[in-house]
Amino acid sequence: MKTWFFTRDGIVRAVDGLSYHLRRGETLGIVGESGCGKSVGALSILGLLPMPPGRIVGGSIRFRGRELIGLDETAMRAIRGNEISVIFQEPMTSLNPVMAVGRQIAEPLMLHQGLSRRAAHDRAAEMLDLVRIPDARRRLTEYPHQLSGGTRQRIMIAIALACRPDILIADEPTTALDVTIQAQILRLLRQLQRELATSVILISHNLAVIAESVQRVIVMYAGRKVEEAPVSQLFRRPRHPYTVGLLGSVPRIVRGSPQLQTLPQPQPKTRLAEIPGMLPSLSEPVAGCAFAPRCSLASETCRSAPPPLKEQAPHHFAACWHSERAAEVAYG
Amino acid sequence: MTDALHQVGLAGDAGILSPPRRALVRRYPMVVLGAVLFAAVLLITLAAPWLASHDPQEIDPIARLRPPSAEHLLGTDALGRDVWSRTIYGGRISLMVGLVVGLLASALGLAIGLVSGYSRIADAIVMRVMDGLMSIPAILLAIALMSVARASIFTVIIAITVVEIPRVVRLVRSVVLSLREQTYVEAAIVAGTRPARIVFKHILPNTLAPLIVQTTYICAAAMLVEAILSFLGAGTPPEVPSWGNIMAEGRTFFQIAPWLILSPGLLLGATVLAVNLVGDGLRGALDPRIARRM
Amino acid sequence: MYGYILRRILATLPVLGIVAIVVFAILHMSPGDPAALIAGDHATPQQIADIRSKLGLDRPLYEQFAVWLASLASGDLGVSIFSNQPVTRLLAQRMEPTISLAISTTIVMVLLAVPIGVIAAWRADSWIDHAVMTLAVLGFSLPIFVVAYLLVYALAMTWDVFPVQGYAPLRDGIGAWANHLVLPSLTLGLSFMALIARITRASMLEVLSQDYIRTARSKGLGPRQLLIDHALANAAVPIVTIIGVGVALLLGGVVVTESVFAIPGIGRLVVDAILTRDYPVIQGVLLIFSAVYVLLNLIIDLLYVVLDPRIRY
Repeated sequence: MKTWFFTRDGIVRAVDGLSYHLRRGETLGIVGESGCGKSVGALSILGLLPMPPGRIVGGSIRFRGRELIGLDETAMRAIRGNEISVIFQEPMTSLNPVMAVGRQIAEPLMLHQGLSRRAAHDRAAEMLDLVRIPDARRRLTEYPHQLSGGTRQRIMIAIALACRPDILIADEPTTALDVTIQAQILRLLRQLQRELATSVILISHNLAVIAESVQRVIVMYAGRKVEEAPVSQLFRRPRHPYTVGLLGSVPRIVRGSPQLQTLPQPQPKTRLAEIPGMLPSLSEPVAGCAFAPRCSLASETCRSAPPPLKEQAPHHFAACWHSERAAEVAYG
Repeated sequence: MTDALHQVGLAGDAGILSPPRRALVRRYPMVVLGAVLFAAVLLITLAAPWLASHDPQEIDPIARLRPPSAEHLLGTDALGRDVWSRTIYGGRISLMVGLVVGLLASALGLAIGLVSGYSRIADAIVMRVMDGLMSIPAILLAIALMSVARASIFTVIIAITVVEIPRVVRLVRSVVLSLREQTYVEAAIVAGTRPARIVFKHILPNTLAPLIVQTTYICAAAMLVEAILSFLGAGTPPEVPSWGNIMAEGRTFFQIAPWLILSPGLLLGATVLAVNLVGDGLRGALDPRIARRM
Repeated sequence: MYGYILRRILATLPVLGIVAIVVFAILHMSPGDPAALIAGDHATPQQIADIRSKLGLDRPLYEQFAVWLASLASGDLGVSIFSNQPVTRLLAQRMEPTISLAISTTIVMVLLAVPIGVIAAWRADSWIDHAVMTLAVLGFSLPIFVVAYLLVYALAMTWDVFPVQGYAPLRDGIGAWANHLVLPSLTLGLSFMALIARITRASMLEVLSQDYIRTARSKGLGPRQLLIDHALANAAVPIVTIIGVGVALLLGGVVVTESVFAIPGIGRLVVDAILTRDYPVIQGVLLIFSAVYVLLNLIIDLLYVVLDPRIRY
């Protein structure tokens, strides 16, 4: 799929060729630096991007056999909040400040399931219980500004899951929260995913978050997918230089979680490894591999021809001409 | 998503910062139109001695209330005077009033606003007075002020300035107050910089942008207020051919000679429109966040 | 919340006080002698002296002010110099046309302008948006009496749809009453409507770019719920504020409109009073209009409590 933004000063190719599958009940993580197109890709699914400058120029998004690109707006609205939901990064600003929280949860219920206001509010109270917010009945009539960031994010989750969607897209759900709250929210997401059998797409730039919560990972760079693998395989042996760089920049303290224990132990130094160079501008088309300017393995082939995504090991894909040597790359 | 869109936004911003001329016209057609229109009116009024077809004061009892013709581009009024000539001479008065009021109100408002933003005591008094002044509808206040003064262009200017000052004071004061909270100003104060220097170096430059925008709007408003005052008989003295006066004279004859009111009126409207457009454009180009804080 | 309400109510008192001071001061701010001003250009020194003692103008200023305030408090707005009638009676006689005009204009214009602004913001950068914005700037730029005469020219003279001028009291029938009010209302309301539409659009645009609108869309909500429950509800505060400000414009415009359309209301009263230097009337009208405006702003401030729950809690 490709999503481009047509601006006065050029075409920004935010997502330039991204493909993946999502199985029922599976949790997929999409990871990458800011600006790599992970959010744009996910939001394109629901058509939530400003479409005048943005446009999906290629590819297809199939959901339960239906093509979502080009779907008319009414049909799309029936899917949003109902079969596919989103939660966003900023819980502080993502809730309507002048509407009671209970009503915000009840809205999709009344809309998609035709519930009466009373019934919808009852279900909303149930949702509050589900997201582990105490004193549900009283919370229904409160307003967002009276609640903490963690609570607001739980409300967002309640809203998103109210109609029991098949897919939940979580776009950086914990980035704006305190570390302790982050852990709570992630745990909640895992529990809910099990209880409701929802498929989840978890987007984050934070590898630690991904490591804890997902089963399969996609690594994105400059609008393209560069690696895809089950999470433990990815961490044990990454097959793209960029992934290696990302892993190297995870702080040592964070490596407490079991998944991350399989990482090669870093050299005893205190500096975090940094990937030299900067993200390429998404408005200039790239010949060859987008990561080549920053990669120590880059060769002429890399600069002239974009590497195809190949299955380098069972279920493990990477787009790199020198994938076998990727794990040797050292940064910092 | 914010990241990709941020890049998009950045790409867009670069255009505003350093526009080649053609892109400027394409990007802000309305502003350019406004500026051109205003320049045209200004030139016409300035060149009045050369462009007028008749002496604006010349009375011609025979040719009274004639509709527009080749000889009298906009017709004649009740005394046979050529409306076109009176209109372009009258434009000088109206434009002058607008500009002078704009500058005067801005200058005074800036001074008062700076003091008010800086001194809490002064602020308490000043803001009460300004609130009170703003509670009286503008036209009424202007009318009342004119009623105690001898009618002249000077008094009209003073009256309208008084009416427009409170808005400027409010604006400047809010900018000053918000800037005082900024850490770099706090740092300057802690470093021992004298208040005057802080004002000139840090605060003043930040007030200029919204102030300039506000000045254009005041000019426009002042021209309208002057016209209304004169139209009601409470503005410039009857001998002065401001647009408002020309229209006031044309009141009684409207049904038979509508051009007496419509010609200067539409021209006034066009001028005010031009100034408003320029103001809008300036506001769009300069930081909109501060300019909107009125 | 109750603290907010109380504070707002108390805050109007000093404002009203300042208004009283300003209104009082205007007469005494003149460079000339107030008594001479009132007496007129052709008065003899004796007449001027008479007026001065009759109106108590020879007393010290603070005493005059105190006396004046006291009479205000008891509802006495003085006596018209020109017609010798109590100002309050004059105001009462002229109230109906002015109130009819002001209220009908406000309601109609708000009902028109807000939806226009909402649509312009929703379809930003479309031809509708540009048309609305252009008309708005135009409406704001034409002097009010020019609009009046344009309308009269088009709709009363050229096509005899509405009467050229005059006012029909309500008791003479709603039809005639409304008929006579159409042109004056349009005249008075045009710049008001332009202002409201512009601010509505700007406020809506700002709100529509907020995150919670994205959330609302992601729930699958349709345009009507989005625009009204989510967008407009949040844009309401600035819009309501500007309606308040617009009423000030309206109160000033009433003066001109009544003058052009020969409506026997308070506006006409004050214009006549200017020409005859009838200061008690001028002061009375200023006080009334300002008081109305201050009260309206108070009501709007109190409305914020309803509109914005963040103030309530």
